[in-house]
Amino acid sequence: MTRWIFLCLLLALPAWGAVGDPNERLADPAKEALARDIGRELRCLVCQNQSIEDSDAQLARDLRRLVRERVAAGEDQTAVIRFVHERYGDFVLLRPPVTAATMLLWATPVLALGGGIAVIMFRRRRAMAEAAALSPDEAKRLAELDRGAA
Amino acid sequence: MIGEIGHFALALGCILALVQAILPLIGAHRADARLMALASPLAGAQLIAIASAFGALLWAFAVNDTTVSNVVLNSHSQKPLLYKFSGAWGNHEGSMVLWVLILALCGGAVAGFGRDLPSALQARVIGILGLIAVGFLGFIIFTSNPFERVWPPPMDGQGLNPILQDPGLAFHPPMLYLGYVGYAVTFAFAVAALLEGRVDAAWGRWVRPWSLAAWSFLTLGIALGSWWAYYELGWGGYWFWDPVENASLLPWLIGTALLHSAIVVEKRESLKIWTVLLAILAFGMSLLGTFLVRSGVLNSVHAFANDPARGVFILALLMAYVAGALALFAWRAPKLGGTGIFAPISREGGLVLNNLLLCSIAAVVLVGTLWPMFADIMFGAKISVGAPFFNAATAPLAIPLVAAMAVGPLLAWKRADLAGALQRLWWVGALAVASAFLTLLVAGYHVLPALGFAAAAWLIGGATADLLDRIAAFRRPSQAWNRARGLPRAAWGSAIAHAGMGVTFAGLAGMGLATDTLVALKPGEATQLAGYEWRLERIRDVQGPNWSARRATVTVLDGGRVVTVLEPEKRFFPVGRMNTTEAAIHTNALRDLYAVLGDERDGGGVLRLHHNPLAPWIWFGAVIMALGGGLSLSDRRIRVSAPSRKAAAATA
Amino acid sequence: MSDNAPPKRPRRWMLYAPLGLAAAAGAGFYAMLQGLQDGSYDPRGVPSVLLGKPAPEFSLPALESVALPALAAEDLRGPLPGPVLVNFWASWCAPCIIEHPQLMRLSREGVAVYGINYKDRIPEAGAFLQRHGNPYRRLGRDEPGRTAIDWGVYGVPETYLLDRQGMIRWRWAGPITADTLENELRPLLRRYA
Repeated sequence: MTRWIFLCLLLALPAWGAVGDPNERLADPAKEALARDIGRELRCLVCQNQSIEDSDAQLARDLRRLVRERVAAGEDQTAVIRFVHERYGDFVLLRPPVTAATMLLWATPVLALGGGIAVIMFRRRRAMAEAAALSPDEAKRLAELDRGAA
Repeated sequence: MIGEIGHFALALGCILALVQAILPLIGAHRADARLMALASPLAGAQLIAIASAFGALLWAFAVNDTTVSNVVLNSHSQKPLLYKFSGAWGNHEGSMVLWVLILALCGGAVAGFGRDLPSALQARVIGILGLIAVGFLGFIIFTSNPFERVWPPPMDGQGLNPILQDPGLAFHPPMLYLGYVGYAVTFAFAVAALLEGRVDAAWGRWVRPWSLAAWSFLTLGIALGSWWAYYELGWGGYWFWDPVENASLLPWLIGTALLHSAIVVEKRESLKIWTVLLAILAFGMSLLGTFLVRSGVLNSVHAFANDPARGVFILALLMAYVAGALALFAWRAPKLGGTGIFAPISREGGLVLNNLLLCSIAAVVLVGTLWPMFADIMFGAKISVGAPFFNAATAPLAIPLVAAMAVGPLLAWKRADLAGALQRLWWVGALAVASAFLTLLVAGYHVLPALGFAAAAWLIGGATADLLDRIAAFRRPSQAWNRARGLPRAAWGSAIAHAGMGVTFAGLAGMGLATDTLVALKPGEATQLAGYEWRLERIRDVQGPNWSARRATVTVLDGGRVVTVLEPEKRFFPVGRMNTTEAAIHTNALRDLYAVLGDERDGGGVLRLHHNPLAPWIWFGAVIMALGGGLSLSDRRIRVSAPSRKAAAATA
Repeated sequence: MSDNAPPKRPRRWMLYAPLGLAAAAGAGFYAMLQGLQDGSYDPRGVPSVLLGKPAPEFSLPALESVALPALAAEDLRGPLPGPVLVNFWASWCAPCIIEHPQLMRLSREGVAVYGINYKDRIPEAGAFLQRHGNPYRRLGRDEPGRTAIDWGVYGVPETYLLDRQGMIRWRWAGPITADTLENELRPLLRRYA
């Protein structure tokens, strides 16, 4: 699990440390928090399954710095994300935008839940109907069950 | 020589598995007792063969036999013995041998513990396990020989990736595989039931312990992996919704649903078709994970070599077993029949709701994990699905699930009184609301942690209320002790597992309040975080068995009193020329102090410091859940049910 | 249990739904495995949003240790005398050494190769070109890596092909091997010549 870190290590981007730079953080806690929220929405393209906030890759650091500069300049979340999106495309967004290609993806919770409820309702109605009127087959089975239980 | 013996043992195991797959199934079909009686000895023989092969592989790693290419690629003479062994299963070929070994162990267990099973059912189950073993042994022998020789042998191996040289990760794969492969047994029971055209309470009683065991191991395996990510990767994160992580979560979600629906089969002979489907899907998800991790189709870079031929082979196995079982399901399931009647508000109704929500969450995780790949081949769209999607899409399903988790166990079978159950939970509800408000009051405006603590209080309180109710602590306090002793272990187990989930929620909520800072300190300088003073004393060189490191010494003070001394390291492994960061963690069970060393500059160093409230509870909760599973497993009713049934059948 | 044909049960198809879904997923996975082999499916490839667009606005300084003109977006605006390659590279990047002979060959054949030196130190970058040869007509120095972000670069080496109108037509992430040169790049160079 989580073996993608190898790529980060193997790609051998300049290994100037691995923890980040204190200077890169914003002094204003509210703006730093906003920058982090934005960073968690953006994918590090080198360590491909991490957000730029979680990654030590050089590109992730650059993007972190870029996000903080734009936040410091007063841009809101939408604007900063749009800026990065314009350069790296849909791939950089960890929350996929709702498009024709992702409609089904976003509909999954509703479809799964709705489909499940429909199946349960359907089966329940049939079970009720069957219980109301036992077919000869089922009457026989019921008798068998009774005998088994005895 | 040892390598050839191992290779031969694998081939022998494959042949035995083939015989194990054919003869008992024919025997069960023809009701031929002699053929059916072959099932258990064959399963035992196959286990011996596979265990020999695995032993040979361990031996090759232990003595650092550099004529075996697998050893050369994944081991080194200077490695501690534990990591020589874990290196044996830390690679594609070796991990597959571990996989089939556990499968053979399961087969042996069904043969050994299953003497009281109806012989046809036992023969079919063992036969199907043999069928699964044939496929995977064939896969190993034809595409992934772990005993491949290299000549001339190199002087030494290339070493195991240092990030994997860790006790947590040494035991992570075996735990995970015990879970994955455990679902092979419930799968075999499901297929056997479809072949027989019969599912009854006895079947449910046999499937439950297996699904409990698999679930407990899988819970521990996932927790170990998450814990490893937390302390080893040094970001203080514990779950990243990486596709490989999701691949292990899917069988867990389906397996949890199976665990609950099997209760309905056992107690009420209802939900039979659905439970059989879940048993097939739980193993299907395990195989899907194997396929995703080893075929290279995933956008997750992992250590296993991506050979398309292997991918096609595993896909063929996946389709043969899962699609085969689902085809059998579509054909035979109507024979299983029998949907019992129950009111929507009843224990059964609660378990149906549990299944509905768990399976919906599983659907979200499955679709979210696979969507980027399918969007690529279907629409040519390159998209990412990450944590923000999974959090947003699963939370609305998880909230009602948690809400129902405390109520369900208080409902009676067939028809229940919801108002009565809620009445018994009024103090739990008050506790949950109070927890949420207390969080907001103490920690400020943090909605998700407040919800998390409410969930934790609701679940732990709910489990307590359930137990108090069962022992009638309020109605007849004088008999409570006796009733508590008489309470079936399964009841204790389920309450403890539910409470364990609550503990995990508390940990997650605590992590939602985590704080951290990134500072550059010179020796002697200090910084403040979460009310503690963190002082860097020095940074120096240290030497380990197969690494050298820079180690920082950080003293953490609380009002002048020394709380702990943290020593984060940056290790360098000369073999493989790799760097790792070793976080230093101090825990007092209520919070973790967590330090990571970064660059050094101007005589000082960059430190990332974290204060993680309740962090250990995340994994502690998982251990409690697994304990609950184990306790249910040891329930007398589960152990003695089968023989008593047989005795009843004999006297009838 | 009787073996009679089950009573007429409507919607038996519900029992076939799991099989159908599994079969569809299997077909998809098979297509992915085929795609992995013939290169049409690459789970890690990130498409460039710049295809069909002109180069983004930028202006980079020259590399002090090398006597080459600097590079700016104006140098990439059409009409150009021929197709242009823009190559992001660094001296610390091992794959860049692998692709360097191919760039040298193109340069000798008269293709305009422009370089952008990414996050490098000046002496090392100069030494790299001294040792391996200089394929570049122009060379910009992107020490902060901002221009690379504007181009959507996610690692070095990365190479873009611009047609005579200055439109980006092709992007290659990773080293240009001899194989890439012959099978991918040459046909494009002919088409946009």
